[in-house]
Amino acid sequence: MLKVSIYRYNPETDAEPYMQDLEVDTGGKDLMVLDVLELIKAKDTTVVYRRSCREGVCGSDGMNINGKNGLACIIPLSEALSGSSKLVLRPLPGLPVIRDLIVDMSMFYKQYEKVKPYLINNTPAPAIERLQSPEEREKLDGLYECILCACCSTACPSFWWNPERFIGPSGLLQAYRFLADSRDTATEQRLAELDDPFSVFRCHGIQNCVNVCPKGLNPTKAIGHIRNMLLTSAT
Amino acid sequence: MTTIRTISFDGVIVGGGGAGMRAALQLSQSGYKTAVISKVFPTRSHTVSAQGGITCAIASADPNDDWRWHMYDTVKGSDYIGDQDAIEYMCSVGPEAIFELDHMGLPFSRTEEGRIYQRPFGGQSKNFGEGGQAARTCAAADRTGHALLHTLYQGNMKNNTVFFNEWYATDLIKNQDGAITGVIAICIETGEVVHVKSKATVLATGGAGRIYASTTNAHINTGDGVGMALRAGVPVQDIEMWQFHPTGIAGAGVLVTEGCRGEGGYLVNKDGERFMERYAPNAKDLAGRDVVARSMTLEILEGRGCGPEGDHVFLKLDHLGEEVLESRLPGICELSRTFAHADPVKEPVPVVPTCHYMMGGIPTNVDGQAITVDADGNDQVIPGLYACGEVACVSVHGANRLGGNSLLDLVVFGRSAGLHIEKSLREGVDLKDATDDEIAKAASRLTNLNNTSGGESVAELRKELQTIMQNHFGVFRRGDYMQEGIKKLAELRPRIENAYLEDKSNAYNTARIEALELHNLFEVAEATAIAAEERKESRGAHAREDFEDRDDENWLCHSMYFPGEKRIGKRSVNFEPKTVDTFEPKVRTY
Repeated sequence: MLKVSIYRYNPETDAEPYMQDLEVDTGGKDLMVLDVLELIKAKDTTVVYRRSCREGVCGSDGMNINGKNGLACIIPLSEALSGSSKLVLRPLPGLPVIRDLIVDMSMFYKQYEKVKPYLINNTPAPAIERLQSPEEREKLDGLYECILCACCSTACPSFWWNPERFIGPSGLLQAYRFLADSRDTATEQRLAELDDPFSVFRCHGIQNCVNVCPKGLNPTKAIGHIRNMLLTSAT
Repeated sequence: MTTIRTISFDGVIVGGGGAGMRAALQLSQSGYKTAVISKVFPTRSHTVSAQGGITCAIASADPNDDWRWHMYDTVKGSDYIGDQDAIEYMCSVGPEAIFELDHMGLPFSRTEEGRIYQRPFGGQSKNFGEGGQAARTCAAADRTGHALLHTLYQGNMKNNTVFFNEWYATDLIKNQDGAITGVIAICIETGEVVHVKSKATVLATGGAGRIYASTTNAHINTGDGVGMALRAGVPVQDIEMWQFHPTGIAGAGVLVTEGCRGEGGYLVNKDGERFMERYAPNAKDLAGRDVVARSMTLEILEGRGCGPEGDHVFLKLDHLGEEVLESRLPGICELSRTFAHADPVKEPVPVVPTCHYMMGGIPTNVDGQAITVDADGNDQVIPGLYACGEVACVSVHGANRLGGNSLLDLVVFGRSAGLHIEKSLREGVDLKDATDDEIAKAASRLTNLNNTSGGESVAELRKELQTIMQNHFGVFRRGDYMQEGIKKLAELRPRIENAYLEDKSNAYNTARIEALELHNLFEVAEATAIAAEERKESRGAHAREDFEDRDDENWLCHSMYFPGEKRIGKRSVNFEPKTVDTFEPKVRTY
């Protein structure tokens, strides 16, 4: 039997959150954490969490697993426990909890929207695609793959302290994804909108984002590129 | 019941996947008040899982490529029950729709010339099947669906589409004229129920692969649109046609793209034999998906499967080399390592045919308008109702969809539905308001569920349903066995309709949503079962052991499932494309 401790909070019935201890029969298999949650839910339908693709591409089931943010669907028990005897599941830190493992992601999405995460190019479009060399396209690798799971931003102390003013690693990764796109022509405007003491410069290079990203992306590196662009454009 | 709040829009789209967001984008761009209701944040929709690409004759890999060749392949792939006017529309308009996506920012992979990279996929040919394998599938590495879905969400953001994220539409509202005037929807976060009124309602709810126990589909693919349509008396077409994708990872069900075989991977049995050479001597591993899935199943059934149980075959990729795998198929390497504990760079991936795609759905014309058939057998448009993407059956896929055609379908027909709604709104739409009784009727399922005081567990019932479908309506089908399945489903219906909602809370109650989803899964499953038993032939993905041949005399037609009397009718396939000659049915070999 697997020991599980899970964060519970229902705003309609609980005055405050608590950790509930459970035992789950995994049949001795090295299940994914999401599979364990599904087993729990089949018995207690009041446990809630988000999930969709169950293969690590939709970004629904970001949560704090034994102290580290990650996607429940692609983390096997062996990795989650890594020596511990108990699986501990909590919501992503730093965002308001709606219920159980579900956090209110409005602030996270707001920071994403702030960077205008869409291509801006007001020159007339050609009859075919806008040409882009493989080298130019390669600059987008490691950026466009973000799945908006919020594991990084909610692992970032700078985002915890300034969620309204610091864009956060995920939003900045996307900001750089459009700065780096040869088809985008709004570089100056984008940089001007990021040029304040908080939006970018609150990053202190702690690199929690890099450590937790389930897609292996490196927001710190992207933030470094934006810093350089800001400093260059200032001189 | 107490009166519920009404919110009004020019167009409401149910579903925030590729089709829904493409339709929404079209409408938003034209300035109409547009809302998307999505049960998940849009980028978590199942389009995100599409990997290999979007097939379209943009003439990048081959400057002489021709959309008519793509049309030929699609008609052949459909085993001749795809509508040729719709396929013509999709293949000819496709390039424009792809270039729009590039202009919107989709990060396609590139060729040395700076154009969009295209890879070979199954069932594609040059020169009407005479010129060998074509490379026509536009790709963003092996994350094309992700790139597409995020780009469409970003485009909608830019155009101020209103999103009701984590809202769940439960039922269609039908007025006294039989027109659809909106939906009942529930805010998952607060539990509030509202009446969403709209001059046009678009169902873009995707597929229902979760009716099977083993599926590549996300948890959320529960056939909500089909359930809503059937409860409103709208028929569904060709719903017996389910695609089993050749390469789901054995055990996990997770998809590995056909692009693996497009890039040069191939299947082997336990003897290491490349067995597709026997079944499809020309196209081999890139034959139609139905053909490959059946061949794999036969290898397994005849004792040549791999692994201790002999229950899968291997997909060999290591000969492609680490560089190709990491640059062209990075997502696959990741998935295989996580779910199969196999590193494709060094070892083969265990795969098995897995439920993947619903070819059938709500019948529509090329403008996305939902269609029913009157007593005289004539098509009738259902006022106010549209459908696009996997939930719809235009039909461009017929009895078997080609890889790469689903993304094209959802972009092209999401767009065309948007264009048609825009035109209708400009000309003026006049639907009678639904009465309070009609609204209450649409909300009654939810009301009943909220009043349950006993009954069986949703999770248990869902498992039972999935097992019946897996066992009785799989890759190979047989009359007596299907009849037994239909009986089991009949017994299951009242139990599912009375499933117990123990948790009556309002805040983010996912138990309530799962119960409502189970009703929809059941509707899809029952329609599938009845239609499958009725179609007494083998065509495309529908392979019967008791009727092994295609029967063009009796079944070169669409099946129509009418929910009221649970009757199967027939509807003609369109053989009249506007600008090219008809592709006449031929024996289908690869």
